[in-house]
Amino acid sequence: MRKTIAEKILGAHAQKEVRSGDIAICDIDFCLGQDGTSSIIIDSFKKLQTENVFEKSKFCMFIDHSAPSPNTGVSAIHTKMRNFAKEKDLRIFDVGCGICHQLMVEDTFITCGDLVIGADSHTCTYGALNIFSTGVGSTDLAVALASGKNWFKVPETIKVVISGKLPLGVYSKDVALFLVKSITSQGANYKALEFHGDTAKRLSVEARLTIANMAVEMGAKCGIFEADKKVFDWFKKRTKKRVNPVFADEQAVYEDVKEFDMSTLTPQVAKPHAVDNVVSVEDVLGTRIDEALIGTCTNGRLEDLQVAARILKGKKVDSKVKLIICPASREVFLEAAKKGIIEIFIESGAVIPAPGCGPCVGTHNGVPADGENVISTANRNFKGRMGNPNANIFLASPATVAASAIAGKITDPRIFSKRLTA
Amino acid sequence: MQNNINTDYVISGRYKFRIQDPRELAKHIFEDIDADFARKIKKGDFLVSGENFGCGSSREQAPLALKASGLRAVLAKSFARIFYRNALNVGLYLLECNTNYIDDGDELALDLERNTIKVLSKGLNIPFKPIPPLGKKILSEGGVIEYYKKYRRLGIEV
Repeated sequence: MRKTIAEKILGAHAQKEVRSGDIAICDIDFCLGQDGTSSIIIDSFKKLQTENVFEKSKFCMFIDHSAPSPNTGVSAIHTKMRNFAKEKDLRIFDVGCGICHQLMVEDTFITCGDLVIGADSHTCTYGALNIFSTGVGSTDLAVALASGKNWFKVPETIKVVISGKLPLGVYSKDVALFLVKSITSQGANYKALEFHGDTAKRLSVEARLTIANMAVEMGAKCGIFEADKKVFDWFKKRTKKRVNPVFADEQAVYEDVKEFDMSTLTPQVAKPHAVDNVVSVEDVLGTRIDEALIGTCTNGRLEDLQVAARILKGKKVDSKVKLIICPASREVFLEAAKKGIIEIFIESGAVIPAPGCGPCVGTHNGVPADGENVISTANRNFKGRMGNPNANIFLASPATVAASAIAGKITDPRIFSKRLTA
Repeated sequence: MQNNINTDYVISGRYKFRIQDPRELAKHIFEDIDADFARKIKKGDFLVSGENFGCGSSREQAPLALKASGLRAVLAKSFARIFYRNALNVGLYLLECNTNYIDDGDELALDLERNTIKVLSKGLNIPFKPIPPLGKKILSEGGVIEYYKKYRRLGIEV
């Protein structure tokens, strides 16, 4: 006993008792690849000289990073993925379906207590649903695809306790950025994060996904929330699968416990070119903005678009700013359209590309020019991330990005507090 | 000595989608932070860095491109998790050690038996963190693909 969630899930999948530091060979419940990583997955899988994947229903590919294709090189990768899917009778989500991490939780191939690996570093997102999910490389994924297993070093866990009610205009993205600043970009390297506290309990599942998504920005292997009624309801609506929540033991042994008061948190902004280079919005007010992005696996869900719409309703985006709003999935896009949110965006002057990763990875849909400043709801602001090493990327919440797009400069979303109380 | 060198810097996202041949990718490593970097590397060179090398994106093109560039090994104070696994899987040696005493141009030799890096130009021996047994086996086979083809399983006792 006295175990963390990570120790329990990995132990259950290795069919033995494990402690942090042990190496465990575990059964994989689900694995996935996207168009930036699947080409090597396919090559590696073929090199392993295994005829079939271990279990067809436990693997999926997604065309989301560069979709629709911007050039012939990417088109060839997409074709290679489609052909492999056809050859092996595998499921593939093609252009326009949306971001893998959104589709994974919308279609719920997975459930509480599962062990999931994805050839994408933000696979940790499903930790919000009490799942041990982690990013791996393509060859790692191919080995799992052939054998149904992979090896894991059981991580030490840092318990993160967030308490207090978030002030108006402050969102889970601000919590995530604040945690990255406090823990730093390598503070949780090789480790698991467990999120506890009344702030965590108050957040919706969508808001929790934003925080779990950024666990990897602290170096973490995974970032797991405990399951509660909100999580059970999420699954109930979408799947008939049995839900097996995993809780940490009362006396679980943590490497560290970090407690943060969220009741006085302000909107946070990560400055170029590091995700942990975070300041309060007041410190960067007035910084010129040339491009703004709302979307990505961090903040492209319906709740995010709703907040942006409240701020953008009846307003025009600054004439010098390109506002790009990219819904995380077709379902999100459709829901937003039904609610009149897409209309608000179009009227404000925003551009809406196909659901997917959008310009976050720097291959299409809004590569910034030299010297341009971008404010984005994404999770990374590394130099060159959006395709140009001579551009500067700031990271913030959908509210801060929407407010900044209207003003043409970094703006505190709390000036729209009347609109945000609804 | 830089910390937090991420995989976007090792190989930019704009190349990983366009180029599939690791030797071609190797021509563009670190291009966004040092345009001439790829041309400076000679076969058998060591790359030396600070904390958290390889953080960020899970792209396997990063260790593949580094290996294809002819590097003998990467030395850093610590490595990011996914990059560490990827490097093992493609057969690129990563050695976790105190890199404070290594300067540009120092002549290095790797002693895998004694888990040390010899700084020949200074007469220094720097210990590196021993590679776990499973990792050593995978590296000695040249990567996880060769390993799996040989053993058909992932056991650590083999």
